Amino acid sequence: MLDRLSFPQPWLSLLLFSIWQLLADGVGGGSVIVGLILAWGIPQLTQSFWPDRPAVFKAWRLPGYLLLVLWDIVIASFEVAWLIISPRRPEPMFISYPLQLDCPQAIAILASTISLTPGTVTADISDDHKILLIHALDTRTAEEVIEAIHNRYEKPLMEMFQ
Amino acid sequence: MNLFIEYIIAALLLLGAVFTLMGAIGLAVLPDFFTRLHGPTKATTVGVGAMALASMIWFANQPVGTGFVEILIMVFLLLTAPPSANMMAKAAMHMEVPKVGNTRGDSWQQ
Repeated sequence: MLDRLSFPQPWLSLLLFSIWQLLADGVGGGSVIVGLILAWGIPQLTQSFWPDRPAVFKAWRLPGYLLLVLWDIVIASFEVAWLIISPRRPEPMFISYPLQLDCPQAIAILASTISLTPGTVTADISDDHKILLIHALDTRTAEEVIEAIHNRYEKPLMEMFQ
Repeated sequence: MNLFIEYIIAALLLLGAVFTLMGAIGLAVLPDFFTRLHGPTKATTVGVGAMALASMIWFANQPVGTGFVEILIMVFLLLTAPPSANMMAKAAMHMEVPKVGNTRGDSWQQ
């Protein structure tokens, strides 16, 4: 009974609670109560779908990472926009990216980051969770892309989850 | 509302419109399914983001109050774009959708 009253995914609960406050347009008595019920209920209902929680999660590194990603999305969008209007044909390439992260949540964040930053889309992940298949819109060599993703995104994620 | 803020809002709206247009042009001119996948997940994200930001600044300068709901638009946009692109790419690889001739590297199937 007691673990029915717990919050099995504290970060998810916090996120749900804040999203509800935004949806309800302002923090008030009613929205706090409904927010608490949702923050408790949804993690309980979806608990069986979640993989094990990561052993380490340094949440304070997350805002910096999000800012970095947002900045990159804006900057690199200009590149893709330019590529679209320039007459040069893009040179697409499928790239197998060797993952060094092993935590499923971290891999999900990395895959989403790759999809959001212009020029690359995550297409698939291997069954053993070791390789990501990436489609790059316009690149000369695979090493370039692998190097960039590893240094810019995977390293901060490794620090966050290890 | 002062003039400076109005200029910022106008600039953001224009930027958003340009990026959304780029995404749409990308859908029309890019050569194959996988390259077309790049347009809507990127350029459009920035386009809608810029417009939502403009809306936020506008409502923050109105007597009716602030608009935080735009943050949610951006959050949900950023959360949902990657999985949908991922699913479409997977489905396309499964159906062996033709790739443009100069694509290097192999897609794999499981």
